[in-house]
Amino acid sequence: MAELFIFFDQIYRILFLLIPVLVSVAMIVWLDRRVWAFVQKRRGPNVVGPFGLFQTLADALKYIFKEIIIPASSNKVIFILAPIVTMTLALIAWAVIPFSETFVLADINVGILYLFAVSSLGVYGIIMGGWASNSKYPFLGAIRSAAQMVSYEVSIGVIIINVLLCVGSLNLSDIVLSQKDLWFVIPLFPMFIIFFISALAETNRPPFDLPEAEAELVAGYQTEYSGMMYAMFWLGEYANILLMCAMGSILFLGGWLSPIDLFPFNVIPAPIWLILKILFLFILFALIKAIVPRYRYDQLMKLGWKIFLPFSLIYVVLTASFLMYFDLLPGN
Amino acid sequence: MSLVRFFKTIFMIDFLTGLIMAIKEIFKPKKTINYPFEKGSISPRARGEHALRRYPNGEERCIACKLCEAVCPAQAITIESSEREDGSRKTTRYDIDMLKCIYCGLCEQSCPVDAIVQGPNFEFATETREELYYNKEKLLENGDRWENILAANINADSSHR
Repeated sequence: MAELFIFFDQIYRILFLLIPVLVSVAMIVWLDRRVWAFVQKRRGPNVVGPFGLFQTLADALKYIFKEIIIPASSNKVIFILAPIVTMTLALIAWAVIPFSETFVLADINVGILYLFAVSSLGVYGIIMGGWASNSKYPFLGAIRSAAQMVSYEVSIGVIIINVLLCVGSLNLSDIVLSQKDLWFVIPLFPMFIIFFISALAETNRPPFDLPEAEAELVAGYQTEYSGMMYAMFWLGEYANILLMCAMGSILFLGGWLSPIDLFPFNVIPAPIWLILKILFLFILFALIKAIVPRYRYDQLMKLGWKIFLPFSLIYVVLTASFLMYFDLLPGN
Repeated sequence: MSLVRFFKTIFMIDFLTGLIMAIKEIFKPKKTINYPFEKGSISPRARGEHALRRYPNGEERCIACKLCEAVCPAQAITIESSEREDGSRKTTRYDIDMLKCIYCGLCEQSCPVDAIVQGPNFEFATETREELYYNKEKLLENGDRWENILAANINADSSHR
């Protein structure tokens, strides 16, 4: 009986996290399109529901009723598995995101490593989709995507080391709490910028949307997908973007902490602050989509390996030396 | 790379300028209209849905000269005519296949009595193909419905005809 109670308790907690995440993914797609339209002086989706808020739900409903076409020459098992892997990996990462001091599904000690591992695994969904389609454009898209995501993960890893040097713990709650006096965005500002740009590349957002460069590759790895399977890729992609925004706000913008510990600000519940910070980062994502042209592939690789990686490595050395010299190492 | 260019690259000056410009653009008025609720202006010469007009006393203008049928490049118009009891020649059948029609406006130009005209209505999409095979009744009904606007448009454009 007790085991059953724990089981249902966990199920409720997971649903309580998962459903808001899925709803906010739908809202974020709407926000993305809306910001994009506003920058170009268009109106964007504004018909379905108030301000067009239900546009994504209408789109999703449309995808559900569309036929799923599986190419005859494809590897059917992997073809079907790919979008499922993408979406599952994008959603399971949310388990460790702390929304407040107590509100976290799995408060594990290696939270940041788990997050990093799961976001790295995301590339498998894309490779599987591109390879199983057995068609040239998805395959080229998948190769590009794999190379791009692997390259930028390296610099994200080094950036995370920078933050960890200042915290002394891999637990995400500890990372947030150690920013009580000073958000890491101030001492590690260059790292924040590089993290942000790497996050753009990691989630295949413009200007790094080479895997689905529609002018060259039709739709990249998604070319052969249709109906609900396409929608799952799409959902996973946006859930990943949201996750990267959450990661950015936890690592650099002080997670659920309010900017100043004064009366009108510290009354607002902690999750609201995290959501506001995620929204701020996401609006930046959307603005960048509207203003920046797509990178060429060699420029992308050059930026990742020749500029970001050496720079963040040097910054690790600088941070470490600074902390050693002034005896600020955590744990002392 | 010049020194100025180098610092511009390092501090992402060009990018930040673009970002600020994009944020400014967000608050500017929209260039597009909210279409189904708000419509753009249409020229009096617009070549939209066809209509057959009548004289103010209710008599059909069309004299069945079949010039429009002859000039139609898509051969979308079919006319049959006969003599009426009062001796005038009138159409018994006037069909336009709106699916064949290329909306070139030659029928309107060729008409000596301004009977067949193309009005400003461009929103006549239907759910079946059959609904777009217009017959005489449909065209005359269009003419009755749009007469005010059609007359005003012809008047506005008369100095150029």
